[in-house]
Amino acid sequence: MALRPIKNLKEFSTANERLEGAHLLCPGCAHSMIVRELMNATDDNLVIATNTGCLEVSTAVYPYTSWDTSWIHIGFENAASAISGAEAMYKARKRKGTLKDPDAPVKFVAFGGDGSTYDIGFQWLSGAIERGHDFTYICLDNEVYANTGGQRSSSTPVGASTTTAQAGRVSYGKKEKKKDIVAIMAAHGAPYVAQVAPNKWKIMAKVFQKALETEGPCFINTVSACTTEWKFDPKNTIEVTDLATDTLIFPIYEIVNGTELNILYRPKKVLPVEEYFAAQGRFKHLFKPENRHIIDQIQKDVNERWEYLQRREEARV
Amino acid sequence: MSKGVLATPKRGIRELGAEELVGWDEVTQGTILETFETEVDNVAHIRPEERPYSDFSSYTATVASWRVIKPVYNRDICIDCQHCWVWCPDTSIVSRDKQMLGIDYDHCKGCGVCVEVCPTNPKSLLMFAEAEEPEVALTKWPEKKKKEK
Ligand code: SF4
Ligand code: SF4
Repeated sequence: MALRPIKNLKEFSTANERLEGAHLLCPGCAHSMIVRELMNATDDNLVIATNTGCLEVSTAVYPYTSWDTSWIHIGFENAASAISGAEAMYKARKRKGTLKDPDAPVKFVAFGGDGSTYDIGFQWLSGAIERGHDFTYICLDNEVYANTGGQRSSSTPVGASTTTAQAGRVSYGKKEKKKDIVAIMAAHGAPYVAQVAPNKWKIMAKVFQKALETEGPCFINTVSACTTEWKFDPKNTIEVTDLATDTLIFPIYEIVNGTELNILYRPKKVLPVEEYFAAQGRFKHLFKPENRHIIDQIQKDVNERWEYLQRREEARV
Repeated sequence: MSKGVLATPKRGIRELGAEELVGWDEVTQGTILETFETEVDNVAHIRPEERPYSDFSSYTATVASWRVIKPVYNRDICIDCQHCWVWCPDTSIVSRDKQMLGIDYDHCKGCGVCVEVCPTNPKSLLMFAEAEEPEVALTKWPEKKKKEK
């Protein structure tokens, strides 16, 4: 087990990268920031499975691979199953003494977008967590099927315009609430579940390390700002993510053993949600007079949710 | 191999145990792309410049043609904070021994994130037109900005 020092960025920056450039993710994509950080958080060997999605189609474009680790892709939905299989085989071979280097530390990680995590791969993920494999699942949550043209997923938040939930004369975009995937995963009794964002690099690195260290299935939802579908200038990825965490639209917290909730980041100054919306084209229509009440409703929901998280943190249940 | 252009695959895939290379449309479902020419132990302990990348690694490819603007780096102002390193989505900030060395223009897509997160005043990274020579760009660096009151 070799976690990399993350006390400060200078130390962290001595990591030897294991995700190569010239992948085909959009300029400014947060996916690769998150993946790089996960891989840089440890020196252990990594076995990584990836669901179909932007990350997968962009990092394995024949004849190139951007992965310097063992990497498996099978289908849209089954990174959790693939990594379960790899982990089970590893354990079996260790038991049988057929591993070449049985003492080399190995970590098993799966990546999926929100489409493959919240929707298409949901039951595969649920099964893998219930079976208790020793792996870390990371959802790159950009709240949309970005790879196929921006269709809504069950992670798309209320009020966002997508190609299949379009804002227009009669609609303000998606009407249904975003699924609370963190709560659902915690309810599985997973030993470690968290939500983090790449703008808070240190919290994210710590959470990744905690997940890698924890035995059993861990789930981490990462906020992954999408310049293409959220419609903002690629240079602003971190700025938009700052707004996501500081408006509390994306609170940063962990849940240990399904009960112990800890808030990991409290903004010094909580910003109104409309600042987050104003930075992205997908929420543009919310500023029309007839849609203002949607912003007010979302602000109310965000406040209530923050209150709820704080109470749960206090109550330790 | 020289830096290849993406999507011009003149090479083939070697199926497990096979001698011959086959094309993408002939390969058995289930493909293995070998990142390295030779077996490597744990790449986390090997610096990128010392790794035996094969032609299959995107390290050997370039996306330089995606750029219309590019970041230029000014060593004189840089404080080696590594913000640009941690947030570059394209593994294009080269840092060694806690020092920022420069930009890998083969892999940089010109997104501009590194410039936005650079905290110095003036910034140690600025965007310039792709055609601008970095040496010329450095002569056009702005002065330190006074704090607005
Ligand atoms: S412009 Fe973007 S891709 Fe290029 S070095 Fe800066 S952050 Fe990396
Ligand atoms: S962000 Fe700016 S100051 Fe910090 S290491 Fe990069 S170039 Fe230097």
